[in-house]
Amino acid sequence: MSTKDSMFLTGDLVRCTIGEAQAEGSFITSRNGIAVVKLGSGYNIGVPDEDCSLVSRQEVTEPAEPAEAAQNESLPLVTIVSTGGTIASRIDYRTGAVTSQFRATDILHAIPGLSSIARFRAIQLCNILSENMTPAIWQELARAIHDEIRSGATGIIVTHGTDTMAYSAAAISFMVQTPVPIVFVGSQRSADRPSSDNLMNGLCAAKAATSDLGEVVVVMHAGTSDDSCAIHRGTRVRKMHTSRRDAFQSHGIPPIGTVSYPDLTVKLSPEVVTRGSRDLVLADNLEERCALISYYPGMDPAILSAYTGYKGIVLSGTGLGHVSSSFIRRLDDLIKDGAMVVMTSQCLNGRVCDRVYDTGRDLLSIGVIEGEDMLPEAALVKLMWVLGNTSSPEQVREMLIANVVGEIDRRSLA
Amino acid sequence: MTRSPTDYEGLGLVAGIEIHQQLNTATKLFCRCPTTIREAEDSNGEFFRYLRATRSELGELDRAAEEEMMQVRRFRYLQYESTCLVENDEEPPTPLNREALDIVLTIAKLTGMSPVPEIHTMRKLVIDGSNTSGFQRTALVAMNGHLPSGGLIETVCLEEEAAQRLEDATFSLDRLGIPLIEITTAPCLHTPEAVQETAALIGMYLRSTGRVKRGIGTIRQDVNVSIRDGGRVEIKGVQELDLLAEVVRREVRRQVELLAIRDELIARGASVETEPVDVTSLFKESGSKILKKAKMILAIRLNRFAGLVGREIQPGRRLGSEMSDYAKKCGVGGLFHTDELPAYGVTEEEVGALKNALSAGEDDCVIIVADTPEKCRCAIKQIIRRANLAFEGIPKETRKMLEEGSTSYMRPLPGAARMYPETDVLPVRVTHEDWEGLKLPELLSDRIERFMKEYGFAREVARQIAYSERSLAFEEAVAARIKASIAERAFNSTLRELSREGISVDTLRDDAIRSVLDVIQEGRAAKEAMPALLTALAEGKDLEAALSTLAPAVSATDLDGIVLRIVEERIGFVKERGAAAAGPLMGVVMKEVRGSVDGKAVSQALQTAIAKVLNE
Repeated sequence: MSTKDSMFLTGDLVRCTIGEAQAEGSFITSRNGIAVVKLGSGYNIGVPDEDCSLVSRQEVTEPAEPAEAAQNESLPLVTIVSTGGTIASRIDYRTGAVTSQFRATDILHAIPGLSSIARFRAIQLCNILSENMTPAIWQELARAIHDEIRSGATGIIVTHGTDTMAYSAAAISFMVQTPVPIVFVGSQRSADRPSSDNLMNGLCAAKAATSDLGEVVVVMHAGTSDDSCAIHRGTRVRKMHTSRRDAFQSHGIPPIGTVSYPDLTVKLSPEVVTRGSRDLVLADNLEERCALISYYPGMDPAILSAYTGYKGIVLSGTGLGHVSSSFIRRLDDLIKDGAMVVMTSQCLNGRVCDRVYDTGRDLLSIGVIEGEDMLPEAALVKLMWVLGNTSSPEQVREMLIANVVGEIDRRSLA
Repeated sequence: MTRSPTDYEGLGLVAGIEIHQQLNTATKLFCRCPTTIREAEDSNGEFFRYLRATRSELGELDRAAEEEMMQVRRFRYLQYESTCLVENDEEPPTPLNREALDIVLTIAKLTGMSPVPEIHTMRKLVIDGSNTSGFQRTALVAMNGHLPSGGLIETVCLEEEAAQRLEDATFSLDRLGIPLIEITTAPCLHTPEAVQETAALIGMYLRSTGRVKRGIGTIRQDVNVSIRDGGRVEIKGVQELDLLAEVVRREVRRQVELLAIRDELIARGASVETEPVDVTSLFKESGSKILKKAKMILAIRLNRFAGLVGREIQPGRRLGSEMSDYAKKCGVGGLFHTDELPAYGVTEEEVGALKNALSAGEDDCVIIVADTPEKCRCAIKQIIRRANLAFEGIPKETRKMLEEGSTSYMRPLPGAARMYPETDVLPVRVTHEDWEGLKLPELLSDRIERFMKEYGFAREVARQIAYSERSLAFEEAVAARIKASIAERAFNSTLRELSREGISVDTLRDDAIRSVLDVIQEGRAAKEAMPALLTALAEGKDLEAALSTLAPAVSATDLDGIVLRIVEERIGFVKERGAAAAGPLMGVVMKEVRGSVDGKAVSQALQTAIAKVLNE
């Protein structure tokens, strides 16, 4: 199935028979018995392996490395931490393969405007699709960011796949108390296309990372047009669309700032935590035996037995924060076993209130904690973090309903 | 020695064409939006984007893309309720539209091509704003076909149509994504006429499928032209087939003239200065508004170029126009050169001062550009580049057609560094069953011959009905035993006449026209009533209502009574003329029965009535 099984090597000049026609091209790969061949015109075609024959084997030449990009030493130092995805990528036109690049030089070549905003250091923490992210990697990320800030970075940019970026931003919000901006950024259109949002998002993120912010944020397109990026608080942001550039939306509060494009003017709301107002503290313990369960009508309570032994559960309940009566009885068992259960709402917007209806009161009576106006994902991460740092149930309960890093607002304004 | 620009064989003319034709599919190539063209005022939203070139594996930009990047441009896109997030580049594409692929495979089979076993969709870099993604999706579908003219078709591709440019940097998304077939011939054509004839022939194949869009802008021809010692030039977007030969003639002339200029430059020992001179102060009081207002005016001396910059190379085009096209890439409006000065408000004294400032002699030419300092410097660089290219001959370029067939420079010919795989679209297998299952349409050229033979139509009438969109409806009517000559009139000749009279017959549905034929067939209206009935339907009237006012039913007995009365009223005339009176009386009777009786029946009744009164 892979190229290994084929008699050709990538780059081989092959001749293909296509019906009455003959064509020569460069062999790329073979999948399911079909050779993918790039013709001189640049088009790829698929031809059964047996209809191709070798003309000549080409000397494989490594592409030349681009020249080292110059950096302005008088600009502030910003560290870019990559977790995967392609903020910079290179295409091999011979094979059509896209390779992701992660040296500061590659990034500066890909986004030339960056070099006038800051001086960059680049570290690659991992190279994963964001759906493969784990709490263990959040912890590594927190430590890496902490180390960079301690050694002088005046801002951090984390490049991240967009699927789970909001979880990571929330996790870092809790684990790293930061005096400098920590900016998560990604792109909804891959970097290998001329319309990619990585250029604008990258430049706006760099501006946010050198701004007066002192908290964890996500910087992504504010609308479909290339005219501004929104700055979202890390505990208040959620991916709300599968594919649009402006998929990231703040919940419960408006975005805490904007970066306009192409002039890159940063505007921050008065509510932001400003640079230097907090000391650097790393609190990187997490209790991983936590789950987020989305309730649906008729959900079989037996499912809950799979969570036996879990230390914490966040429920994404209906409306004001409900699950069925039969579900409540099984939850009771888990709570009696020592699990902390936090209620959030599938509505995403608004505050949980389990004092209005009977099922809500039943939930409170078995010890379920109202998650206030927290997003379910932020509540999950917070629960992991609280349980990782505290063992007393009273203290856990207290911390869960208190605002730590903007994940809860005491007053609902919208 | 310069050859005559019409000695195509001697000049070694080689040309090939690319034909782009929109396909008339239900939905677009990579989304489920309809393939409907909209009016800009129906737009229900807009957005703005920037595009940039992505780099090749060597860190190099495609040269055509790089040139587009000289200006940072903010593109504006109009959207409609008939466009979606795919056109907005906000959603991945759907799988390749099979209906469109089927049409392309049909064309491929008609021309004896070999289908690609597995079709791979590619991204072709285009960053002039016409594609929101910055690339055009395109797939090679089949190779190696033959035309009866002996021409060779190299490839057939299935592509997505670009967005329509409304003005400068504003695009309309309705057209983006409509499926296009691209047919590319080999460089096998050697005269301007052969180019035009081949395009017409391919057009006939396309129309034969009955599944391509019609009307202005739905088909575009690109033509590749070179002559021996010249350079390959691709001329884009020739929409009128009749202009193709002229475009080729003019391009050959342009290349011949540019080669002559090259030879002359070399013979003169001409050269191009490298440093521009700031002459802003010379034009502070100029009568030329552009120069007077300009923030900066830069001049460059072209040594021993005098007379050549202003020499015509195509109707309305000079070497200076070519330099101007290059300069415009920097955003300047154009340039002035001393071959054309004094003019445009620039006085002889100013020209003198300008030449003085640059120490230019009689043999030299001076070129000036006026704009912001940044744009001026960029433009002068481009002018120097184009002036130096004049020593080499013909730059390899993509050009666009101007009115009447001359061309202007668009961008360099793109390199192979502009194609990479569309990773969001899975490859499509073309199976043996797919290929064998294709139903091939009758070629329009064959249909014309058949219509002439089966229905006795003249060639022009046969051609009109064969090419008509109503061809199928016509054949259905004939199959239902309606006389071919009457059906032809309903679906073709009469419609054309009504259209000339300003009646909008385009909106008439085929089944409405057929209903008129049916009532004539049933004897409820005479064929003479056809124009009036079609007009009534075109004006939105109901057929029954039209019949009652235009063709009230007249029974055979009624008719005999009417005819007898008319004959008796004119008995003197009838007696005088005898049987020959029938002719003049026809009109009188027809007027009275108002088209509800067939002319033949009236004629018959008249002859009987006249014979009767004459015998009395």
